[in-house]
Amino acid sequence: MRLFFGSCFTLILAAAIGLGATWLTVTRGIAFGSLTIGAWTAWPKSGSVDIDPYARAAIARTGELPVGVGDGVAFYAHTDDAGNVLDGRCTFVISGITPAARFWTLTLYDTQGRMVANTLDRHGFTSAEILRETDGRFAINIGPRARPGNWLPSGGVEQFVLVWRLYDTPIGVASLTTKEGPMPAVVRKGCG
Amino acid sequence: MIRLPLWILGAVLLGGIVHLSTVLAMPKAATQDAYSRLERLSPVNVVTQLPAPTASEATMPFMDPAFAVAICRYDLSAGALKLRAPLSQAYTAITFYTRNSVAYYAINDRAAGRRVIELDLMTPEQHAQVPEEEDVTAADRLIIESPTRRGLIVLRALAPEPGLMPMARRALTAAQCRIEPAPQ
Repeated sequence: MRLFFGSCFTLILAAAIGLGATWLTVTRGIAFGSLTIGAWTAWPKSGSVDIDPYARAAIARTGELPVGVGDGVAFYAHTDDAGNVLDGRCTFVISGITPAARFWTLTLYDTQGRMVANTLDRHGFTSAEILRETDGRFAINIGPRARPGNWLPSGGVEQFVLVWRLYDTPIGVASLTTKEGPMPAVVRKGCG
Repeated sequence: MIRLPLWILGAVLLGGIVHLSTVLAMPKAATQDAYSRLERLSPVNVVTQLPAPTASEATMPFMDPAFAVAICRYDLSAGALKLRAPLSQAYTAITFYTRNSVAYYAINDRAAGRRVIELDLMTPEQHAQVPEEEDVTAADRLIIESPTRRGLIVLRALAPEPGLMPMARRALTAAQCRIEPAPQ
C-alpha cells in the first residue's frame, strides 16, 4: 500500500516539476548564448542551425521567425538601463549611437509581439527616416503623448517591448564583448 | 517516513526527464508555429505576399513593419526548387527556414552581388544526383541544401520610409519559385 501511494506521489510530483519547468523556460524565453549590451539582449545563435532546444521550443510556441545570421541580428529590450519595466504610461528617451549596420529598424510591440494601435499608425523608425543631430546622434521619445522630434507612441499600454534590428551588420555570433557594439541608452524621464 | 526523501529524489529525476523530453518535443507538436500559420495562407511552391502587419492583425508575432514580406512554402518531394528574386532598390534579404523554423541559410542583396538572386534549393540526396560536371561548369550557379524536405523561404524587401512600401512590394511581386521535375 505504501509503495502504491509512494509511486502515485512521485509520478504526480514528477509531472508537475517537469511540465512546470518546461512552461517556465519556454514562456520566459530562456536561451543560451545571449549577447547583452545595456538594456538590449540578442540571441544571434537563434538565427542559425546552432539554435538551442529552448529557443526552438519558444519559437515553435509563439510562431515567430528568427532573423537569420546572414541577414542581421535583433536586440530586445524589456526594461530601461536602470531596470525599470517599459511602461507605456511613462516617457522614455532612447539616445546615442548604434553599431555599424547598413540599415536598422526600431519597433515597439506589446509583450505578445503585436504592434500597439495609435492614431499616427507609427510603430517604429528606420535608420533612413530618423531625425538626427549634425554629429549623427539621435534621440527618440517614447510615450503616450505627442512630442516634437522623433516620437514613438506607446499607446499607454501596461508594458511594451522594443526590438532593435540591425541588418547587414558585423555584429553576430562572434561578437562577445560589448565594446564592438555601442547600443543606444534607454532612460525613463517620468511617468503619468 | 525515512522513505519520503527518496520518493522526492525520484520525482525530481523523473521530472527532469519529463522537462527535457517536452522541450525537445515542442517544435514537433506545435500547431501555431510559423509554418502552420502560413499553411492556411499560402499554396505550396508559390511565392505569396503577406499582408502588412497591423495592430489588430499580424501573420506572425514580432514582424518588422518596415519590410514587405513574401514567402514560398516549399516541398521538395517532387524535385528541386528554383528561386528567382529580383532585388529592390533598398535592402533585400532571403532567409531559408526548415519546417520547424530553424534559419539554416540567409543571403542579402550585397552578398548576392547582382540585381537578381537566382538559386537552386534541393535536398542533400537531390544534390548528390546533380551530375558533377554540371556542378562545376555552372560556377555561378548557387545551390543550397535544405536539411528538411519541407520549409519556408522568406523574402523581405525594406521600405526605408513608409512611402516607399509600394516600391518594396512591387519588387517582390516579380519573385518566383517553382519545382524543376527531376530528370528521368
